[in-house]
Amino acid sequence: MATLELDIDEQVVAAPIRKTRRLGLLFWAAIGWIVFVFAVAIFAGVLPLADPTAMDMLERRQPPSMQHWLGTDGLGRDELARLIHGARISLVVGLCAPMIGITIGGALGMLAGYFRGRFETLVVGSMDVLLAFPPLILALAVTAYLGQSLPNLTLILGVLGIPAFMRVARATTLSLARREFVIAAQALGATHARILLRELLPNVFLPLFAFFLLGVAVTIVVEGALSFLGLGVPPPISSWGSMIGEGRESLEIAPRLAFIPAVTMFLTVLSFNLVGDTLRALTDPRQGAL
Amino acid sequence: MPGFVAQRLLYLVPVLLAVSLLTFLIASLLPGDLAYVILGDQATPDKVAALRHDMGLDQPIWWRYLSWLGNVLQGDFGRSFRTGQTVLQAVMERLPVSLELMLLAQLGALAIGIPLAIACAVRSGSAFDRFMTGSAFSMLSVPAFLSAILLIYLFAVELRWLPATGYVPFSEDPVGNLRCFLLPALTLALGEWPVLMRVLRSDMIATLQEDYIAMARAKGLKPSRILLVHALKPSSLTLVTVTGINIGRLIGGTVIVESIFALPGIGRLLLGAIFTRDLIILQGVVLFVACGYVLMNFVVDMLYAVLDPRIRHGHA
Amino acid sequence: MSDPVLLSVEGVAVDLPTPRGNLRAVDQVDLRIGAGRTLGVVGESGCGKTMLSRAILQLLPRKARLSGRVMFDGQDLVRLEPEQLRKLRGRSIAVVFQDPMTSLNPVLTIGTQLIETLQEHLELGALAAKKRSAELLAAVGIPAPEQRLMQYPHQLSGGMRQRVAIAIALSCEPKLLIADEPTTALDVTVQAQILDLLAREQRRRHMAMILITHDLGVVAGRTDEVAVMYAGRVVERAPTPELFKRMRMPYTEALLAAIPKIDAAPHTPLPAISGRPPDPTRPIQGCSFSPRCRYAASRCFREKPLLADADRLDHQYACFHPIQVAAGICA
Repeated sequence: MATLELDIDEQVVAAPIRKTRRLGLLFWAAIGWIVFVFAVAIFAGVLPLADPTAMDMLERRQPPSMQHWLGTDGLGRDELARLIHGARISLVVGLCAPMIGITIGGALGMLAGYFRGRFETLVVGSMDVLLAFPPLILALAVTAYLGQSLPNLTLILGVLGIPAFMRVARATTLSLARREFVIAAQALGATHARILLRELLPNVFLPLFAFFLLGVAVTIVVEGALSFLGLGVPPPISSWGSMIGEGRESLEIAPRLAFIPAVTMFLTVLSFNLVGDTLRALTDPRQGAL
Repeated sequence: MPGFVAQRLLYLVPVLLAVSLLTFLIASLLPGDLAYVILGDQATPDKVAALRHDMGLDQPIWWRYLSWLGNVLQGDFGRSFRTGQTVLQAVMERLPVSLELMLLAQLGALAIGIPLAIACAVRSGSAFDRFMTGSAFSMLSVPAFLSAILLIYLFAVELRWLPATGYVPFSEDPVGNLRCFLLPALTLALGEWPVLMRVLRSDMIATLQEDYIAMARAKGLKPSRILLVHALKPSSLTLVTVTGINIGRLIGGTVIVESIFALPGIGRLLLGAIFTRDLIILQGVVLFVACGYVLMNFVVDMLYAVLDPRIRHGHA
Repeated sequence: MSDPVLLSVEGVAVDLPTPRGNLRAVDQVDLRIGAGRTLGVVGESGCGKTMLSRAILQLLPRKARLSGRVMFDGQDLVRLEPEQLRKLRGRSIAVVFQDPMTSLNPVLTIGTQLIETLQEHLELGALAAKKRSAELLAAVGIPAPEQRLMQYPHQLSGGMRQRVAIAIALSCEPKLLIADEPTTALDVTVQAQILDLLAREQRRRHMAMILITHDLGVVAGRTDEVAVMYAGRVVERAPTPELFKRMRMPYTEALLAAIPKIDAAPHTPLPAISGRPPDPTRPIQGCSFSPRCRYAASRCFREKPLLADADRLDHQYACFHPIQVAAGICA
């Protein structure tokens, strides 16, 4: 019908504009928090912190003091030191695992979306099998066999992320592969490798990166869950999940021991979600058309 | 419709086979020899070799897979070498608990998510809508074990209204049973509703702009009928899909929640098997859960067809 | 007009806020229609005719602002409580939308969509409502009505769906039917059937009808009066025979010329109206048709002509340089 008459629900048009402006402050706050957590985690060794594994049975569950800013846990260990060293674990796993996903999943997705045919069927089919397992169950089962260690944990969570990254990369590649600049490159006789790396990769990368940030959030949560259950990184290394798990035991006496790492984890996950979601909205081709 | 069902059923066969193969491979290829686990670290190599021979572990892998698959198809998932219970017994004993938990959680999530989504869609862009959308987004960053701790702290430690842990069978004390499930189900529902709400909200906003909604208003129908019948029914299609996609998350959440609230469900069985290195139970439970997951997704697909007449009549 | 006035639209204006500024979709429109009469509203896409129909029904988008009065049966619809309005819609005022592909709910059966209207307004029992629904479907020319009641919209062709939409509109014997481009989305072969069906039912039920279209040919034999709209305003209004005999507004003439003629020689270029309708968010000084008008003079660019009575009483037009009747079609 008429383009003018009815169908302009002005909200639809105005919303994205308003949203980016309003999200501005929150977006930068999230970036600030992520940078802060990174900085503290990287410089944990240099900072004047207590030893996160040094127990002191006389100083158990002490309230915050000058000596222990956030108090001590059930084994008399410095809560702040454990929190900051826990950030290292969360960030290492949270960044490395999606890195595996984005590399393998992204490559498979681009190849599948570009070459199509039997290769695509094979890739999509095998990913479907991986997706047929509830992710946490698969992670638990594989951890049980492989044994608990930081590299194992990262590897498992990374492999679990491959199907999702594959889907994003494939969908984006599919929509791009028929666009003029790709067809033009093909007509000029460019090799497949050149088209994939020079023409497609730069365009696939942004949506994948936005998804990567969301993947970081999910990985931190899953790592937290595994550590919470006692199946993440082995003790005495501290991780936010295991700290919350240990804090649960003393919920009646010192709820702070569970809530401090809980709030830290929530803020970090929320920040990654926020930044990832904003970037995704910006790179979403459907929104870009408006 | 029958064609649609048959086609989906046919697709299930290779997926289930692949799932069984992957489960078997995880158990067989990854380190952790069953014979060592059973006999302990001090076992002599002779004894280990003998046990491996008895269990058929020295057979070629494809042969082991086929015989295992054959047993599974006959309902024999193996027997725990620790408790002597068969996998099937153990699973069946605990299944009702997990199912009840998931069902209550899903109902809770729908009960929170649907009304909020409708309210937000009707007043999209309002302060209420923005607040609820923001809350839903924040809730997405709260993992189940965080909300569990928060709920336990609030309702069990501070207010002392509900038990933090424990389980009473429904047949013995229905009210006590529901009280036990209230916090665990709420924990899972808190993680689920934002997903449902966000999807339904954006779908409802799009639906409310459709011509047939203007038509329904022009017909002078009551607002409640327009929202709940004319708008909600076509909008609920993606809701069903999302529910399906979320079952995986829900199963994962069930494991965590059962562990936190000490509910004797499948999740606790799985975790117990991991901690006691009861590999037969572990393998059986993983296979069972994965197959259950595949079947649940199949049911969701069918539900989709029931809701959308266009798919039912093969027009999609 | 001898019949009492059923609907009178008085000074109605509709403003839509858009990111580019205020959009005046309907600008000071006055219309009246007597009981049992038919009025054609003609104009290009975007001229505000659909907005006008939605303004009459009080079904404007949430952010739209409406001013003026819409008097129906002695009540001002603009000031009516939502609940009273709801009792009028579907009961006294019914509407047939443009596209039957989108105006019927895809996940509800035809029967549900008919019966719910009947039960809402006419306290009918389930059985009586079902029986009446089948009768209605038969009345609009749908074969095997009982079976159709159980079917979903996608199982019917476009023409059949529009017949269903008409049956729904007629179901409560409304006093006024608004048909908003009821045939635009349909095959050419079906268009005439639907229009004839509407005309027949209109006469039989003695209801008033507003027929909105972009096609002057559609209103020619089927309406008592025609209002031509351009850029949100009514620019010419006359009884139908009078309009076709003596059109005064250059825009109306251009619209008529844009209809392909069967008796024209093959490969005759269609005289499309050059240019585009003005951007409604940037009000034009002077006559809004002036940029496209071949008669436009300097005054047309400076001053807005008002809808004024012509030499004949019931013929009004808004133009400083109307087409001279002698030089018009009669010549």
